[in-house]
Amino acid sequence: MAEYGTLRVKTGLAEMLKGGVIMDVVDADQARIAEEAGACAVMALERVPADIRRDGGVARMSDPQRIREIQEAVSIPVMAKCRIGHFAEAQILQALEVDYIDESEVLTPADVEHHVDKWQFTVPFVCGATNLGEALRRISEGAAMIRTKGEAGTGDIVNAVTHMRAVFGAIRSLQTLRGDELHAAAKEHRAPFELIRWVAENGRLPVVTFTAGGIATPADASLCMQLGADGVFVGSGIFKSGRDPLDDREGWADDVARRARAIVEATTHFDDAKVLADVSAGLGQPMVGISASTLPDEERLEVRGW
Amino acid sequence: MERSPRIGVLALQGAFREHVQVLERLGAEVVEVRLPEELDALDGLVIPGGESTTIMRLARLYGLDEAIRAYQGAIFGTCAGMIVLDRDHLGLADLEVDRNAYGRQVRSFEADVELSGDERPLHGVFIRAPRIRDLGGDLEVLGELDGEPVLVRQGRLLLASFHPELTDDPRVHQLFLDMVREEQHVRA
Repeated sequence: MAEYGTLRVKTGLAEMLKGGVIMDVVDADQARIAEEAGACAVMALERVPADIRRDGGVARMSDPQRIREIQEAVSIPVMAKCRIGHFAEAQILQALEVDYIDESEVLTPADVEHHVDKWQFTVPFVCGATNLGEALRRISEGAAMIRTKGEAGTGDIVNAVTHMRAVFGAIRSLQTLRGDELHAAAKEHRAPFELIRWVAENGRLPVVTFTAGGIATPADASLCMQLGADGVFVGSGIFKSGRDPLDDREGWADDVARRARAIVEATTHFDDAKVLADVSAGLGQPMVGISASTLPDEERLEVRGW
Repeated sequence: MERSPRIGVLALQGAFREHVQVLERLGAEVVEVRLPEELDALDGLVIPGGESTTIMRLARLYGLDEAIRAYQGAIFGTCAGMIVLDRDHLGLADLEVDRNAYGRQVRSFEADVELSGDERPLHGVFIRAPRIRDLGGDLEVLGELDGEPVLVRQGRLLLASFHPELTDDPRVHQLFLDMVREEQHVRA
């Protein structure tokens, strides 16, 4: 008898994505550019984070028609975002048969207390986290993959680094504790004891852990991989780079494709500085970005999620 | 005493770490392969699951596609690795494969595979798995799911449409290491 939607099948797809780059796309054209550049999956969303920041308003799940067009356009896995706690959006995404749902702080949260009960779904979920406790709370709700949050839509890598160091540093600290000290650690991290014990014994999260938020260059991707990420999500960093598409559409398409390929190569050859030097050369204008430290509190996406 | 076999795992993208762990548990010396020169002096090569379009693109960039075509040792491909070896890609394995043939991720599943010559079934994890559409005459079917081939051998090549590296049962990897030993003797 075949069993569907098991934890092993859910986490298994994330295992297949490792060492890869998952690219944010808003339509089928961008999805094709991403696939040709070597993305291991695409993430469908209504606007890339930099545009959500610029335009403001409520950011929601993408139009199902757009998602279907993207699914038709590419053969790699198609992920899509739902709002935090918005289980009806998640049900729609499951009915569309997206390959992974990202319950994402980049969209406007629908619930200020509860996340989606991800165990109720056959389709797997990835969730953001800024620290170990948050990651384990998401896993206990059924997340089959974690991404550190960073600060999406800024092109500034600093928060991604902070969050990775927080997660991986806390794991290393857990490994130094005596067994009887793990109970207090579970309280401190506000995480289930069984998961804390598993992490202390195994020295990693029980699911694949990617990095997101602010990756704009091949060097950024390498930095994340060297700090211990299993792979990277790139959002605005690709499609908000290069020449202005309104002035020179073809020039823009060339620039973004070149940058996308370079970030894919940098993620594979992350510890080979010679390869990194070659792929980083002559990529044109990276996304201009916003220094994350200048953001007012109400515009920080990383604090969404509980 | 025989030395441990030296196995390379193609580490461009995908689930390479799991293969490394299983093979090391079985006593192999394992190296990650990202560049063509890293194929030298290997007794066997594993091409893991992942995204076949990504793996093929990264392989072509550094000439690994040609290097793998020229490589003479035993090769084990799982899922995307099977696609990479098929007629439409590297052309080493005499089979045609439909990608994502069971459907999208919600149709990914676990099920028992029937092995030829072994009464104990093998638990298989099938993730957006490919399906063999056409099989050349030289291929030997070693494992079936509902009467369809999911584990096959062609001389020095071993191909699985599922992921033996995601379960604790080492039989398929052990079979591959046995093939590596046979190849070493043939070539010696």
